[in-house]
Amino acid sequence: MSGLLIAPISIVLVGNPNCGKTALFNQLTGARQKVANFAGVTVERKEGSFTAPSGRTIKVLDLPGAYSLDALGPDEIITRDVCMGKVAEVGAPDVIVCVADATNLRLNLRFVLEIRKLGRPMVLALNMMDAAHKRGIHIDQDRLQALLGIPVIQTVAIAGGGAKHLIEHIDTQSIEAPKIAPTERDVHLEVRDILNAAVTMPSFTAKIDDQLDGVLLNPVFGLPILALLMFVVFQAVFAWATPLMDGIEGLFGWAAEMVRAHMPEGLLQSFIADAMISGVGSVLVFLPQILILFFFILVLEESGYLPRAAFLLDTLMARAGLTGRAFIPLLSSFACAIPGVMATRSIHDIRDRLTTIMIAPLMTCSARLPVYALLIAAFIPERQVWGVLSFQGLVLFGLYIAGILSALIVAWVMKLLRTDKSPAMLLMELPSYRLPNPRNLALGLWERAGIFMRRITGVIFAANTLLWVLATFPRAPANATQPAIDYSFAGMIGHAIEPIFRPIGFTWEICIALIPGMAAREVAVSALGTVYAISGSEDAVANQLQATVAAQWSLATGFSLLAWYIFAPQCLSTLAVIRRETNSWKFVGITAGYLFALAYLASFLTYSVTKMVTG
Amino acid sequence: MKLSDLPLHSAAIVVDVADLSADDRVGRRLRELGFVVDEPVKVVAKGPFGAEPLLIQIGFTRFALRRAEADRVQVRTA
Repeated sequence: MSGLLIAPISIVLVGNPNCGKTALFNQLTGARQKVANFAGVTVERKEGSFTAPSGRTIKVLDLPGAYSLDALGPDEIITRDVCMGKVAEVGAPDVIVCVADATNLRLNLRFVLEIRKLGRPMVLALNMMDAAHKRGIHIDQDRLQALLGIPVIQTVAIAGGGAKHLIEHIDTQSIEAPKIAPTERDVHLEVRDILNAAVTMPSFTAKIDDQLDGVLLNPVFGLPILALLMFVVFQAVFAWATPLMDGIEGLFGWAAEMVRAHMPEGLLQSFIADAMISGVGSVLVFLPQILILFFFILVLEESGYLPRAAFLLDTLMARAGLTGRAFIPLLSSFACAIPGVMATRSIHDIRDRLTTIMIAPLMTCSARLPVYALLIAAFIPERQVWGVLSFQGLVLFGLYIAGILSALIVAWVMKLLRTDKSPAMLLMELPSYRLPNPRNLALGLWERAGIFMRRITGVIFAANTLLWVLATFPRAPANATQPAIDYSFAGMIGHAIEPIFRPIGFTWEICIALIPGMAAREVAVSALGTVYAISGSEDAVANQLQATVAAQWSLATGFSLLAWYIFAPQCLSTLAVIRRETNSWKFVGITAGYLFALAYLASFLTYSVTKMVTG
Repeated sequence: MKLSDLPLHSAAIVVDVADLSADDRVGRRLRELGFVVDEPVKVVAKGPFGAEPLLIQIGFTRFALRRAEADRVQVRTA
């Protein structure tokens, strides 16, 4: 029962980016982690706890990586304020665990000295000791401890038991404020003196880094290698995910069928089968793609390649007013804009981040593919171009390119509109290459999947319920001649907004389908099926619908809808995640507004030109 | 000479890191990252477009800097 008598301790982990802090956090807390946001800002708050051998509970807070307490950006501000005990929701931590990369003490020690100046109880965790040994770096731990006046403990965050000494020390020793009074000495000189006295260092960098950077950042080979890697990632995302996606679709389809078969026909049955099961399934189906994508992003991140990709692309992106760091969020957005917007957290400059969030929906997400597939099959003749290329495939490729080009133009316009013209910083550390650690990969994947699920389920469920109500009530009269949806609110709205969309060639059927299509873009396909009263399995609907659409719509209308879907402003989940990440309805409004305006303009031009050409 | 004019892989020493404005956060941050007088420095890679950004080795760390950022750092060849 002694556990009850020992007071719990709260510790925070601080350190430079790339010091292995998150791996240490994973090592300490395992899967017992909670990820939330600090109040009012979009800085991630990662918390966990563990029980020390004495039975004491130790609460751990993993603070964002920082180079200095002279904070730049929201991440570093939070780190500074928590260390100084100024964040009410956290309180002053009992112990600050300053984590330093043992292979890069020259940079890391400066921040340690800055933290030490705060005069709070702290320990130094010398992390990555295994890598330091391998590189022949010798650290005199006692000497270092004496010079710093704080306990120094060695850790290997990626090995089992690598944090044992740290846990023991926090559990059994009473940790006090640093024994050395702050001086006014130049901090760089102090670091140099400490390194000279306590550290021996055979060479400046790992050879392997020089060799890998020589190839991967080569001005000639660097970009082709990046392109090849991205090609492999995309192949994997789209090819590997297919069986899993089919499985999920099958499962939800089966569940909906079971409900239809075994529940009495009526409103409740329709609600459970259509709104709950099919609605949530229509978004969950993207989970395999998103997980595979996240897996690759995590591998690239952990290995140290990701900042290199940003390095290669920075100048190109800067011309459009973006940063090299925007590359990954935009890449993710090809699977789905939700993880893409979430991934913008790695962009430190707030203006760059907002621009990236704004253009993320222009990357053709996989939810648009079913719509493209339907329209291309219905309106684009299948023929060979230059003997080898499929014309339909080229059109699809063109739609992707159109999205990317519009994104670059929008980013460029945003750059012109900025009031603060000071150039954004790149100033990015390229860490040493590392082999990704499976445990950290698994935890990272688990965490991101969890965030995705929590983010979407609430929104999707609410949106689907609302849309179901709109599409179901009022109900069709007994002697109805039109499909039931025609009599519903959705039908009324479709008819009411039809005049707005007439100039761009949309029929009222399309207008109705756009409304349920707000839950997820590809739902528009099944909604069109409903409007044209086609029922049956999904494949049957798609086939029949293709024939119906080809027969009933003009070529101009088909092209116009294709152009609309390049911008497709009507994804509620994307808008919801933008709201969460920016904490601003105004920004959501701007994004939705400009997407809508561009979609309308593009459709109008496409419709008018096609009509002129086809007569 | 300016750090941004330093040829690839040639060893140099930092002479000065000048602020370009009164409250130059890039200059401040560069000094915090270790760009201080007498520190050995070299350019280890250049980006594929317009030889930008620069990959700078300072101490044990590599930083990607845009040319405009690196312009604050004056070096002499070692």
